[in-house]
Amino acid sequence: MHILRHVGWVKRSKTYQILMNGEFRFATPTLHLNTETCLSMLKIENLTIRFDTRYGPLTAVDNVTFEVRPGEVFGLVGESGAGKSLTGQAIIGLLDPPGYIAGGQISLEGVRIDNLAYNHLRALRGRKIGMIFQDPLTSLNPLYTIGKQLTETILTHTSVTTAEAQQQAIALLTDVGIPGAAERINQYPHQFSGGMRQRVVIALALCANPQLVIADEPTTALDVSIQAQILSLLKQMCREHGAAVILITHDMGVISQVAQRVAVMYSGRLVEIGDVRQIVKHPKHPYARGLMGSIPSLHHQVDQLTQIDGAMPRLTDIPPGCAFHPRCPECFDLCREKRPVLKKIANSHIACWLYAQEAHHAG
Amino acid sequence: MPDKDQALLKVTGLKRYFDVSQPFLNRLLERRKRQYLKAVNGVSFTIKQGETFALVGESGCGKSTIAHLVVGLFPPSAGKIEFDGIDLTTLNNRAQLRPVRRRMAMIFQDPYASLNPRWRVNNIISEPIKAFGLLNGRQAIVQRTSVLLEQVGLSPQDGAKFPHEFSGGQRQRISIARALAGEPEFIVCDEPTSALDVSVQAQILNLIKNLQKKFGLSYLFISHDLAVVRHIADHVGVMYMGRLCESAPVKALFENPRHPYTRLLLDTIPDIEKMGRECAPPQGEIPNPLNPPAGCAFHPRCPQTTDHCICNRPKLENMASDAKVACFQAF
Repeated sequence: MHILRHVGWVKRSKTYQILMNGEFRFATPTLHLNTETCLSMLKIENLTIRFDTRYGPLTAVDNVTFEVRPGEVFGLVGESGAGKSLTGQAIIGLLDPPGYIAGGQISLEGVRIDNLAYNHLRALRGRKIGMIFQDPLTSLNPLYTIGKQLTETILTHTSVTTAEAQQQAIALLTDVGIPGAAERINQYPHQFSGGMRQRVVIALALCANPQLVIADEPTTALDVSIQAQILSLLKQMCREHGAAVILITHDMGVISQVAQRVAVMYSGRLVEIGDVRQIVKHPKHPYARGLMGSIPSLHHQVDQLTQIDGAMPRLTDIPPGCAFHPRCPECFDLCREKRPVLKKIANSHIACWLYAQEAHHAG
Repeated sequence: MPDKDQALLKVTGLKRYFDVSQPFLNRLLERRKRQYLKAVNGVSFTIKQGETFALVGESGCGKSTIAHLVVGLFPPSAGKIEFDGIDLTTLNNRAQLRPVRRRMAMIFQDPYASLNPRWRVNNIISEPIKAFGLLNGRQAIVQRTSVLLEQVGLSPQDGAKFPHEFSGGQRQRISIARALAGEPEFIVCDEPTSALDVSVQAQILNLIKNLQKKFGLSYLFISHDLAVVRHIADHVGVMYMGRLCESAPVKALFENPRHPYTRLLLDTIPDIEKMGRECAPPQGEIPNPLNPPAGCAFHPRCPQTTDHCICNRPKLENMASDAKVACFQAF
């Protein structure tokens, strides 16, 4: 076992090199790169996440393919249980057992990251990919001061002295809009309000200048007026640091204000990917249309909201064919038998048989 | 049954303070005074028969406390709650409260916590019927529960199941069926959809609206989501730091928000119609309710603060078209 692991290590270290100070570098960055991979910073191909249970394997994320371009805000939207958080966790390698990646690959800047060894992954987390969780209280350690947590992260990922790290930490806290950063750096998380804590978490995610930040429901625990502050901060900070963001949320309002491209997930599968404008104004997939219709509007009053009857199927009984067909108002025979795949239609990709003909004609 | 335009619920000067003082010895040694959290600090509103009155505000503004006060889950520190002419605060024993309690019900926020996991759905729904002695005989009760289940869009067979066998939306339907079981006239909905996904939220909101039409129910609807409120309410009260800062019919509030806090809320909600528009986020945070700012509670965050606002607290004053605003700048 030990030898096997050792072999694996040697094999991987052809592509990766961990420097003594813990810095993570791609040893041969230009070898794999072609024009396509340059366009997309993160590429996820046919990602499948399974859970092995007593009742057999459950597929929580099924054949998900998308890419994130450098510097963009990419929204991942869906209802609870759609697999959006799992996708985020898989990217950063934080998938909790018994969940595992059963197929597909994830590549960051053209290099695979889904099969990395633990040490390599550790060097990657925080350095290349930052993460912001939903609940700012549980993602900060209550026993350490904010400063300690920030400098620890900075020291782990960059080669600076403790004093410099302290300086950087104060600068970062000032950047994320915490007044009196020099004094507050010695305070503990419980001395901060919810919005302030989330600002600290954003500083923590950005302190090693990652290229990608995964924000998993960053504002769900916050009030609307604080949510607006945090969203605009997230957007501004990522623009300044040149980081791309995967914004995982269930709130279409948040997505439409922050994201440039959106992927809609249903029952572990992608149903539609496209430009945010396209999806919000003219959703094509019946699920996306139902989702948009069910959001109450601030601007006009309707007597009845469009409702999608039923609920998302449990993972144990995902129907054959299209997973949405039992709830779909436009379902026909083909939907019950065969699963649709993502097809490019105009500017977006849609997985629905309704548009299969169109896609066929388009070539 | 009271008339259409008569007030079903009338709340005047409602206050609820919570004692959050240090223990006695600490107070003695550290020379601290008793400390009170003024969760609800003088709120008045009326709900007409068949109307939906919504209370909105951010967390900690006291809206849920009002919901609990109205159904009598705890007594108010001061003020009057009149339900159909009966002052609930003067009724002080259970026997007197009982007939009034039958006429109101509550739907709670978290459908996972509000249903007893060890009871079958049938028992959960039939409990109010048994408690108030509305029906006699097993058969009649079983029949009534299956009717109730059908009314909320579940099947009568679901009654034999346990709550864990249902999804969040279905559980909320069970809560609604339980609330309807006592044949109430007035239902307090405390954030009934905030734990649900949007598509399920739409189902529940439609159901709540349809039931209102069917049974002529009146609602006190507590929510933090203005879009939901716009959809469901007839009259809206906006709360900030334990006080109402604006109260208006839904159309007037959304088309012509008068209080700066209402405007702030409306501006900051991420809305799909405001797509891509960069808007400046509001400054500041909600102050600590233990020591609220002097004068108007909103003045530290308000863009139009004057010296007058810092020293004096505005009262809720009548404006045109049934609206009330507590702001010096609104005139």
